[in-house]
This record gives sequence, structure tokens and C-alpha cells, in this order.
Amino acid sequence: MYEFTYHRASGLRQATNLLTKFEDAKPIAGGQSLLPMMKFRLASPSNLVDLNKIEGLNGIELTSRALIIGAMARHAEVHTSPLVQQGIPALAALAGLIGDPAVRHRGTIGGSLANNDPTADYPAAALALGATIVTTKRKIAADEFFAGLFETVLEPDELITKVSFPLAKRAAYQKFRNPASRYAIVGVFVAKRPSEVRVAVTGAGSSGAFRLTAFEEALKSRFHPKSLEGLTVPAEGLASDIHASAEYRAHLIGVMARRAVAAANG
Amino acid sequence: MPAVSMTVNGKPVRGDVESRTLLVQFLRETLRLTGTHVGCDTSQCGACVVHVDGVAVKSCSMLAVQADGAEVLTIEGVATGDTLHPMQEAFRQNHGLQCGYCTPGMIMTALDIVRRKGHELDDHTIREELEGNLCRCTGYHNIVKSIAAGARAMASGDPARQAAE
Ligand SMILES: Cc1cc2nc3c(=O)[nH]c(=O)nc-3n(C[C@H](O)[C@H](O)[C@H](O)COP(=O)(O)OP(=O)(O)OC[C@H]3O[C@@H](n4cnc5c(N)ncnc54)[C@H](O)[C@@H]3O)c2cc1C
Ligand code: FES
Ligand code: FES
Repeated sequence: MYEFTYHRASGLRQATNLLTKFEDAKPIAGGQSLLPMMKFRLASPSNLVDLNKIEGLNGIELTSRALIIGAMARHAEVHTSPLVQQGIPALAALAGLIGDPAVRHRGTIGGSLANNDPTADYPAAALALGATIVTTKRKIAADEFFAGLFETVLEPDELITKVSFPLAKRAAYQKFRNPASRYAIVGVFVAKRPSEVRVAVTGAGSSGAFRLTAFEEALKSRFHPKSLEGLTVPAEGLASDIHASAEYRAHLIGVMARRAVAAANG
Repeated sequence: MPAVSMTVNGKPVRGDVESRTLLVQFLRETLRLTGTHVGCDTSQCGACVVHVDGVAVKSCSMLAVQADGAEVLTIEGVATGDTLHPMQEAFRQNHGLQCGYCTPGMIMTALDIVRRKGHELDDHTIREELEGNLCRCTGYHNIVKSIAAGARAMASGDPARQAAE
């Protein structure tokens, strides 16, 4: 790894001040994406601002309308939290599918959303559930948050503090894992909300997670796997790599979406 | 250079590190605790798993400065004197290792599985839980057997007999 200077922030204000002060500074949360990227020299910040010692960033709260998860909540905490299991069980299950136990002990929801890996799981949940990402500067709807491969609308000195997920009537996530990396080759999150149905896909998009409006329309009148029969997804524009061709991914989206709707209907 | 202090295997330690020093480097190179291995250095293989404040983490994916003030447990800290920990004994009895490169990480992961899932572990659970630990020798079969036996032996507190069963 290149040399850098480490700063331990004790509060949000100090963290954002440090990020403003040093031009090429980056926050570090769980480090499970950032440290490997720095080793591969895909990232080379000269200053790291550690968020791990800031208090109050990992709380989980359930209200009558929403589940609110602190940015520093680890994947393992989200997976085992009784509040998440009660409020949005599909989200608890999703967190348990991320990586492996050691990765889940360190990795955080804020880090995952800020990283916006095109094969990560949380972006699909945020889009399908219509989450709001709360930062040190503003509130951002998930639909506005993601901005292409590993890109979001976050400014360099802006930190995610929490994520608010409106409670869904029904929701489920189905992930077709890459057996080696454990990331999604295709993951589909479906949510039936009081006013709409949302379907979000991760793993397949060549510019990150996306919503599948044709499927959403089809599920609107009847939230049942049968409503998706005969619907296909064009392979054009989907990711194609050594793990799966775009055609295969297109096919998997249909399969995973039908399974997800079936699972949501339990 | 940042100074760090932490507790490793029950003993307080201090050291000066660079910001970029990984926890695994601090353990191996500064403290000379070379039981913790580096297989991939990119968070894939689990050879470097240690416990930090009671939970399993990949020590190649954490900075030494981030462990400041923490309680760290490595493979060197699990035995009692010359008596192997029941999980170590189970690996020995069940042929759970060949070259042994992955073994420290396997055992630290196994102890974390027992902490979270208890002493009665079925094969499927163990295999799922070993997602992040690679072994190039054994084909995993005897590792799974060892962990199941070690978990049971930990419940009974009689390492040799239980692990041998
Ligand atoms: C072996 C392995 C397998 C994995 N498998 C999966 C998988 O199956 N699915 C999946 O989704 N992910 C997977 N991951 C990634 C994992 O989920 C990471 O934890 C996650 O992507 C990043 O979270 P982090 O807390 O570790 O962030 P870090 O690595 O610390 O940071 C990632 C990025 O986010 C920024 N950042 C962090 N926190 C904030 C914040 N609060 N506000 C603003 N910016 C912030 C950082 O500056 C950095 O750019 C895997 C990782 C590994 C090593
Ligand atoms: S060396 Fe840490 S996971 Fe391989
Ligand atoms: S025993 Fe050789 S790598 Fe596992």
C-alpha cells in the first residue's frame, strides 16, 4: 500500500473538517472494500479518516413507518438485529448473504452504499424499498443517490449518517451468488409498498443497480410470480464478463425476480 | 509514527507502527506471532483470521492503528500451556490439516462459529460458515468433521476423549 496519514475522528464534525482540510482524504468505515482497493492501487488516498470511533453511528431504530439504520451498523448487526428481523426481514436476510462472517463483522451499510459496487447487495435493497440516505448535508432518495459504477452523488466531505427504509408490506431478496467471490452475479429485490411495487436488480447492470419498471408494472395489479411469466429482459446493456454473459444475466433476472416474488408472498 | 497499544492473548503490548501497517503485519513482524498467516492479502482466504474484541476478523483487512485499545486473540493464545485447545485437538485427531497453512485461520473461525451457533453444528452450517476460509489441501471434508467434533468437545470440557470420538 502507498503511504497515507491516518486520522481517528471522534465526532462527525471533526471527520468532515478533516475531509475538507485534506483534498485527497477518504473516510474509512469497515475497510472491507477500501483496504483491498488500496492494496490493488485502485484507490490511493493520502489521508484516511476513520469513522469507527464516532459514537452513535451504528444504532438501529424501528418506528411505525420506517426502519432506520446507522451508517456504521455492521452487516452482522443488521443480520441478527431483532428490530430488522421484525421490521424488514428481507433486509436482515440480505445482510447475512454478504461475503463471509469475518467480512460481515467489519463491513458497514454506509460503506457499502457509498462504495456502490455494481455487484453489491444493499444498493438493490435501497432502490426497491425506496430508502432515504441521510448525510451530514442532506437527505437523498435512493433513486437519486447512485450515479454509475462505484459512483454516488456524495461530495468528498459528505458522510452518510443513517439510512431510512420505509416499511414494506412484503419484500424479498434473491441472490444468485458467484461461488468464488460471493458477490451477486444477479440479485433481485422486490418490495410491495402501500402505493407501488418496486423491483431492483444488482449484479447485472453495466452501470450499477437499477430498477426494472416493466416488472414493476406487471406486478402492480397482481403481486404474484405468474404476473412475470413471459416477460424477458433485453441483454443489451447488461454486464458481460468471465463469470456470466449478458444473455445469461438477463435470463437470471427473470428467474430471480419470480423467486423473489414467490418468497415475498411466503 | 502512530503508537498503538492493545491486549494480545491477554498481555498488554505497545508498538510504533506506520499508518499503513496492517494488523497482521503488526502481529507477525512486530510481535513475532507468526501463527497468523497471510495467504492472499486481499481478504479472500481467511488464513489471517484473528479475534478482535471477541469477533473473527481478517487481520489483513484491518489497520494496526484501528486495533488500538482492542483485545486481540490469535492462534498462539488458545491453548492452555502444553494442552491444546479442544478445537486444536479435534483438528489433530480428525486429520483436519495437511500442510497446515490454513489451519490457524480455520481454528479461529471455528471458535467464532461456536460462539455464534453453539456446540451442535451440522455439516451444512459449518460449510456455509467457512465461506471465507480457503484450504488448498484437505478438500474440507476433515475440516468440517474436526469443527463438529471440536465444538462438541468444547461443551463437555474433555478435549482428548471427545475429540477422538
Ligand atoms: C471477501 C469479500 C466478500 C464480499 N462480498 C460481498 C457481497 O457478497 N455483497 C456485498 O454487497 N458486498 C460484499 N463485500 C463488500 C463488503 O460488503 C464491504 O463491507 C462494503 O462494500 C464496504 O463497506 P465498508 O464498511 O467495509 O466500507 P469501506 O471499505 O471502509 O469504504 C468503502 C467506501 O465507502 C466510503 N465510505 C465508508 N463509509 C462512509 C460513510 N459513512 N459516508 C460516506 N462514505 C463512506 C469509503 O470512503 C470508501 O470509498 C465483500 C467484501 C469482501 C472483502
Ligand atoms: S490473508 Fe487475509 S484473507 Fe487472505
Ligand atoms: S491444510 Fe494446506 S491449505 Fe489447508
